[in-house]
Amino acid sequence: MAEDKDIIIRLDHISKSFGDKKVLDDISLYIKRGEFVTFLGPSGCGKTTTLRLIAGFGKPDEGNVIMEGKVINDVPPYQRKLNTVFQRYALFPHLDVYDNVAFGLKLQKVPEDEIEKRVKRVLKLVSMSDYEDRDVESLSGGQQQRVAIARALINQPRVLLLDEPLAALDLKMRKDMQIELKEMHKKLGITFIYVTHDQEEALTLSDTIVVMNEGKIQQIGTPIDIYNEPVNCFVADFIGESNILKGRMLRDRRVAFIKHEFDCVDEGFGEDVKVDVVVRPEDIYFTNDPAKCQFKAKVNSCTFKGVHYEMWVDTDTGYELMIQDYDPYEVGTEVMLYIDPDDIQVMKKEREANTYAAKVKGEGKVEFMGVEFACDTTGFAEGDEVVATIRFEKVDLLDHEDEADATGNVVSILYMGNHYHLTVKTESGDHVWVDTNDIWDKGDFVGIKILPEDIQLSKPAAGNE
Amino acid sequence: MPYFIFLVLFVVLPLLLIVLYALQDGAGHFTLRNITKFFTDKDALSTFALSLEVAIENTLLCVLIGYPAAYILADNKLNRSAVTVVLFILPMWINALMRTLATAELFNMAGIPLGKGTLLFGMCYDYLPFMIYPIYNQLKKMDKSYAEAAQDLGATPGQVFRKVTLPLSMPGVWSGVMMVFMPTVSTFAISEFLTNNKIKLFGTIIQENINNSMWNYGAALSLVMLIIIGLTTLLQGGDQQEEVSGGLI
Repeated sequence: MAEDKDIIIRLDHISKSFGDKKVLDDISLYIKRGEFVTFLGPSGCGKTTTLRLIAGFGKPDEGNVIMEGKVINDVPPYQRKLNTVFQRYALFPHLDVYDNVAFGLKLQKVPEDEIEKRVKRVLKLVSMSDYEDRDVESLSGGQQQRVAIARALINQPRVLLLDEPLAALDLKMRKDMQIELKEMHKKLGITFIYVTHDQEEALTLSDTIVVMNEGKIQQIGTPIDIYNEPVNCFVADFIGESNILKGRMLRDRRVAFIKHEFDCVDEGFGEDVKVDVVVRPEDIYFTNDPAKCQFKAKVNSCTFKGVHYEMWVDTDTGYELMIQDYDPYEVGTEVMLYIDPDDIQVMKKEREANTYAAKVKGEGKVEFMGVEFACDTTGFAEGDEVVATIRFEKVDLLDHEDEADATGNVVSILYMGNHYHLTVKTESGDHVWVDTNDIWDKGDFVGIKILPEDIQLSKPAAGNE
Repeated sequence: MPYFIFLVLFVVLPLLLIVLYALQDGAGHFTLRNITKFFTDKDALSTFALSLEVAIENTLLCVLIGYPAAYILADNKLNRSAVTVVLFILPMWINALMRTLATAELFNMAGIPLGKGTLLFGMCYDYLPFMIYPIYNQLKKMDKSYAEAAQDLGATPGQVFRKVTLPLSMPGVWSGVMMVFMPTVSTFAISEFLTNNKIKLFGTIIQENINNSMWNYGAALSLVMLIIIGLTTLLQGGDQQEEVSGGLI
């Protein structure tokens, strides 16, 4: 790719592990000069690690951090032209506000009168002008936050890194600071790289959002792109409320889900292909016109949420959907509903079944996920490398490990309208995806049971693992 | 309430007794002669000065050795195991008197003449853990983001240490200084065993007086020492008081 002079930072195939835990897995992205970029994801997704690699606290195991065209993997933090606002501010407790802010300039041996001028200017920028002599520990969280920003800005960095800077503030304060940060970014014109797990914050502040999960980039785009056109179930579920459903692309611009057919605007999936469908709760409309009605449903709950009402409805085909509307419908009401083609987001299925690289261990025995399973091995000999396929609904979860083949923890739960789609991470670090009607909680310890007849073996495709 | 009884029995009462004895002559009459005797006694005064000198030297020695040791122990990269910390603290589990006797025996075996050098060695060996531990604690509980913030603002590793780590670890150093300086001013066993009584410290004189049943003069000397230690504590501790106690935890 040609080196664009508008690009200030580029991450090129970065991987990083701590011990045997892979925190970043082949991360590549670029950040434009003056952009407000947010790394968004749940805790442990690798967003803070990415920020620390850019700041210089740690080196990537593989790949390069490139700033203004130069690889800076080995440049120590104190020589990088960027500054950080730390999560817990990290203001020096032995220095007052003035000395905290002046810290960077004093290191550069800037003349005292110039330091004073610049400290005054930057404190004014963060509205902390009269606090110069205050002890930092006597300041409120919001004030400490402002001082931390002033301290980072005084070195006139080209990039400002912010590591969940608003996480410790209360809701009201957080909203105010969001607006101020956005204004500051506009006024200064420098690049902001922001880390947060708060999707609303990311949507409010950013020019570009990088959604991350389990060390991988899920999607990069503008807030509107990410919200309206999530590329997979994780993004759809993490950003905003959504109805995520199994569907089937019948042909271009025609999709079936909840056992009804709808017009949509998506093309290029092929004919009769399994897909996932996302419909935002505010995009399902009520109608009194039978001609407009696409499907019927019965309201089963209705809750006032401040601006809108949140309703759960049972469709005539047995699916549960969330709808947000300004007008409430009483519980038990039969309603007619429709969805605009524009508002249906069709996503390629990431996987259709669990597949594992396995090894035949003898007659009727196969090993994968570090465990031996019984299954039909007809046609394979001991020692053969095979692929084991198990359908999502064929995996049984138990609340004890006595009869289980393997154990793991539930790491994520998606409600798919009429069943739950769970991601279970096993002790061997493998993922098992499960469709179930049972209710589990995130973090639950589960036993995994797979019946011999539900494991299908096949020859590995050439070139694959 | 139990604490109050304890305080009265074991702190207030003995202190009052010291004051009472110090202000009486052998026959039980009230007098200030014991105190004035000390301030006119050249030997006692020079011993006292020597005691202060040795205590200061020992404290400095302990800081110079103890700080780097604590720094290495507290650094996850330089010291990966908690066992090393225990190894440094372990000598404290053995009775100080026995350790001192053993040290003296080692010097004898090696044919090293006993004197001020051996005295300082023994004191430093005895009190080093009391210096290392509070500094180690202070460094260990220090938020790493301070050092990272300094680096981020352009400080080289040397500047990070001088401008952030060192000032932030000072409460630990002060607390170590207290814990080493105060007992070394008043020690007598170490000087007795490690110099064969060639060097007499203030503690030795108090002990000799009391051993020779000169309770009143002994008490007066104790009182003088108490006041002077109290004053140094105030001078050093003054505004550090709060942080010092933090360093001990």
